[in-house]
Amino acid sequence: MLVVEGLVKRFGGFTAVNNVSFRVDQGEILGLIGPNGSGKSTIFNLLSGTLVPSAGSIKFGGTELAGMPPHRIINGGIGRTFQIPRPFRRLSLFENVALAGYYGQGRHSRAKADEAAERALEMVGLPTDRKVSVDGLGAAGLKKLELAKALATGPKLLLADESLGGLDEAEMDQAAEMLRKIRAELGITIIWVEHIMGVLMRVVDRVMVLDHGEKIAEGLPAIVSSDPRVVEVYLGTEADATQAAAAEARR
Amino acid sequence: MSRTNLSGARLLPWLVGAVLIALPFANRDPYHLHLLILILIWSFAYTSWSMMGRFGLVSLGHGGFMGVGAYVTALLWNHAGLTPWLGIPISLACAGLLAVIVGYPCFRFRITGHYFVLVTLALSGIVLQVITASRDYTGGSLGFSPNRVPGNSLWALQFEDKRTWYLIALAIWAVGLLIWRTVDRSMDRYALEAISEDEDAAAAAGVNVTWEKLKITVISALMTAFAGALYCQYQMFITPDTVSGISVSLQMVFAVIVGGVYVALGPTVGAVITILLAEALRIGFGTKAVGWDNLIYGLLLVLFIIFLPKGILGSTLARFQARR
Repeated sequence: MLVVEGLVKRFGGFTAVNNVSFRVDQGEILGLIGPNGSGKSTIFNLLSGTLVPSAGSIKFGGTELAGMPPHRIINGGIGRTFQIPRPFRRLSLFENVALAGYYGQGRHSRAKADEAAERALEMVGLPTDRKVSVDGLGAAGLKKLELAKALATGPKLLLADESLGGLDEAEMDQAAEMLRKIRAELGITIIWVEHIMGVLMRVVDRVMVLDHGEKIAEGLPAIVSSDPRVVEVYLGTEADATQAAAAEARR
Repeated sequence: MSRTNLSGARLLPWLVGAVLIALPFANRDPYHLHLLILILIWSFAYTSWSMMGRFGLVSLGHGGFMGVGAYVTALLWNHAGLTPWLGIPISLACAGLLAVIVGYPCFRFRITGHYFVLVTLALSGIVLQVITASRDYTGGSLGFSPNRVPGNSLWALQFEDKRTWYLIALAIWAVGLLIWRTVDRSMDRYALEAISEDEDAAAAAGVNVTWEKLKITVISALMTAFAGALYCQYQMFITPDTVSGISVSLQMVFAVIVGGVYVALGPTVGAVITILLAEALRIGFGTKAVGWDNLIYGLLLVLFIIFLPKGILGSTLARFQARR
């Protein structure tokens, strides 16, 4: 479904993504993990057209996406969420999602947009009342809104960027459950970005690990999590994170 | 109770409309009519600016569009004998083209915020310079008058009777409000609100950011150019300073901010205030007060942006709604 080859993104002298290749098959959930700054979000920005690749190719259902403007990529069937939720505060909750339903599918019909918005909001469990404002939403609610906006664009492939954390254990379980449900009920293929391994490893079919912009491992969750390089790079930082959390708790 | 309120609210625009149409037949004082015509024409121009301004696309280039509308129409009439009925569409096409030339690169390459303001400021300056420099054709800073045709002429779009002009200006002002409302109720409004907050997120929702911004810019430019042409046909005298240039652009920003940029009638309120202020200064202080209006505009602009960013009408309506 998605074939990425030799993807490179440089910002000046800094290479954020270095020669990354991977593929995603119809109906699977691919986990994309790595420490902060490893290039996960950059890859998402490249796939969704927010950034233009310095080199490499991105083929989605046979169509080359590299260099295509974002709205055409979205219309072509890729939906994305942002790491930090980016709601439109001047629009109501419903309007936020209806906007995505209207422009995201490329067929501009108000009735269909409203319909798509209602379905998406119900799917993620947000109110479909037209007058609810965005301001009342907490961190988890805003994440759900991001997801609803992405779903309303009618994607075949969903890029779910959950990597900021900010959710507690129960909320993360819920988010994982949500992605599983989206695949099961809507048949949407998913790439899921996360930097905490735990929940992700239980849900994804395959996982790909990034470090410093390079792919260091890819495969079944069980095999990848015992890969020595991954343990070194990834669990190392998680150990640091645990220490940091402990230090935080002491303060 | 609420039902009577609703039908009352629905009737109100028609009532006001009827009063406005009847006005010149009840009050024939040419000075009052002159003021009303100016207020209507400028209201339309300010509404045109607010089409973009309300979405955070702050342009200081609208003096340029207005100048193109006025000068192209008048020049074609004097030098080519072309009726304004053709001259105005041509001038609009020129303004639209100019808007695309300036707007497309800005939007495509994401020149936003202050940088966009600076680019449009340059547009104002350039149009002013071109008009002033080609003085053999435009009369330079001394101004320019379309050739007079005796009596009333629909062909030349020249009328001696102020009532005719009042009704024309009234109709065009109403059309301006109608365009504002059409955009306000369209999906494009959602898209532009979203763009004004976060372009990447809007694009991720599938919005063609460049196209949406370009569309509203061209609409706004066409309307502004039309206001310029109308002003020229009414006043029969234009100078680079009264229809183009930076001072006209600033005056638009000021009037819209004072009236209210997010409400349909905000620019109209702004026009009433600015024109009455200018007239009061002119009559009260005569030539001693030349330039005072700009000074007061500047001061008020700062105060409004700090204390009343929604403008007079916007803040009043917001307070009214909060109370209900």
